[in-house]
Amino acid sequence: MPDSVLHEPAALEVEGLTHQFGPRRVLDGVGFRIRPGDFTVLLGQNGAGKTTLFALITRLYHAHQGGIAVFGQPFRADASAALARMGVVFQQPTLDLDLTVQQNLEYHAALHGMAGRTAAPRIRDELARVNLAERARDRVRLLSGGQKRRVELARALLHEPSLLLLDEPTAGLDMESRGFLLGHVRRLCRERGLAVLWATHLIDEAGEDAHVVVLHKGRVLAAGPVPAIVAQAGAQTLKDAFEHLTHAAN
Amino acid sequence: MLQTRLRPLPPAAYARCMAGIVRREGLRWVHQRGRFISALVRPLVWLAIFAAGFRFVLGVSIIPPYETYIPYEVYIAPGLIAMIELFNGMQSSLSMVYDREMGSMKTLMVSPFPRWFLLLSKLLAGVAVAVVQAYLFLGIAWFWEIEPPLIGYLAVLPALILSGLMLGALGLVMSSFIRQLENFAGVMNFVIFPMFFASSALYPLWRVKESSLFLWWVCQLNPFTSATELIRFALYGRVDWGSAAIVIGCTAAFMAAAVAGYDPGRGLMARKAGPE
Repeated sequence: MPDSVLHEPAALEVEGLTHQFGPRRVLDGVGFRIRPGDFTVLLGQNGAGKTTLFALITRLYHAHQGGIAVFGQPFRADASAALARMGVVFQQPTLDLDLTVQQNLEYHAALHGMAGRTAAPRIRDELARVNLAERARDRVRLLSGGQKRRVELARALLHEPSLLLLDEPTAGLDMESRGFLLGHVRRLCRERGLAVLWATHLIDEAGEDAHVVVLHKGRVLAAGPVPAIVAQAGAQTLKDAFEHLTHAAN
Repeated sequence: MLQTRLRPLPPAAYARCMAGIVRREGLRWVHQRGRFISALVRPLVWLAIFAAGFRFVLGVSIIPPYETYIPYEVYIAPGLIAMIELFNGMQSSLSMVYDREMGSMKTLMVSPFPRWFLLLSKLLAGVAVAVVQAYLFLGIAWFWEIEPPLIGYLAVLPALILSGLMLGALGLVMSSFIRQLENFAGVMNFVIFPMFFASSALYPLWRVKESSLFLWWVCQLNPFTSATELIRFALYGRVDWGSAAIVIGCTAAFMAAAVAGYDPGRGLMARKAGPE
């Protein structure tokens, strides 16, 4: 990685992150950085430590060792400022099924301290962007899996974050919903300069122009643009490179 | 621009956050009709059936704050109001465990507001619902000739808030300990029923003292007794300062334990949580 890149301000910087549950170490010295506008895919098989990493980045619990900084602010020093600039789509669905789409989004806006007059047009805009404006008054229970995911994405963007984290956002979705979600998020990177960390085990979700962090058994095996990782592994495709790297690490 | 520190969240943002959490709790309560109806029916069953059956079995002598002999229904009404708050506190706790299992707790926890504030807001939201339920019960109980003085309806509000805070905070502590919904039923049996029965809710404590001094001490030390007595005195326009002090002290202790339980570094969540 060239020096100039290393010195650009990072939207998210993770350094030497280590975490364990009891005697089992689930993250071991994890480090990488994401710049504004980067679409970064956190690639790893189930159990690689992706969800634990997300939980640490979102302050659900503290890391035992290592540091996380969001836009240059160490997380431990000011978690509030970091969380204010962060949008999150968790692996598990987190919408309130008994409330309407609008009520769910209003609740999120309140959790970020947004005033009603600021939140209302933002809700309208974000729902329109994910083609769900006409479902605002429907209870979430009535939506399909793909529509719920789109609402979660709209919700994560409501407070205009600069860093978006998505943990296996396409799990259980059909091809069309997957394509829509992926296309929408990539467009946000280009148009808004949004930094994105997209965790998945589906290799085809990382396009040629994406950055990739390969996480395996709690360790980062490679990090960088797709062509660089493919070249580094001496492979033809990212899939081959991933298999090569993880096989060698087993 | 990227490295500038964000300004601290203004007080108005805190108010909006709290209002949003209270509103969500209220909406959930109204939408979950079963919970809504059972919260109202439960104390009425006690009043209409249990109290009717026991009114001639349990004689109640003149004890403060009452100035005359009272029917048994009148005696147990404050205890039933405290029961509404106890059930509500446990229900909030149950919904916290449910939210954690279902993931929606994460939405709350990634809010930029401090965690203690989020928990406090959640607690106040539960109390707001409990206070509304208590007043609905008092409205219906009027037909059972439970007619405290008008000033009592106003004076009971701070007592309802205080005792609701204590029982809600207890629910929060429990929700931080309980890992799975399946464990909840057992805890309900070990918390709700002992707390309710070993208290002054259903019988005056002098009667308990006559049968067992040990049990009398247990009842005296039970904070639910203090909540009940606080409500009982307030309903008749009086303040039971001793009970108020115990309720305030227990609220502070339970709240501190809940904040510790939900702390991402030290808390039980961190120790209990497992990877995907």
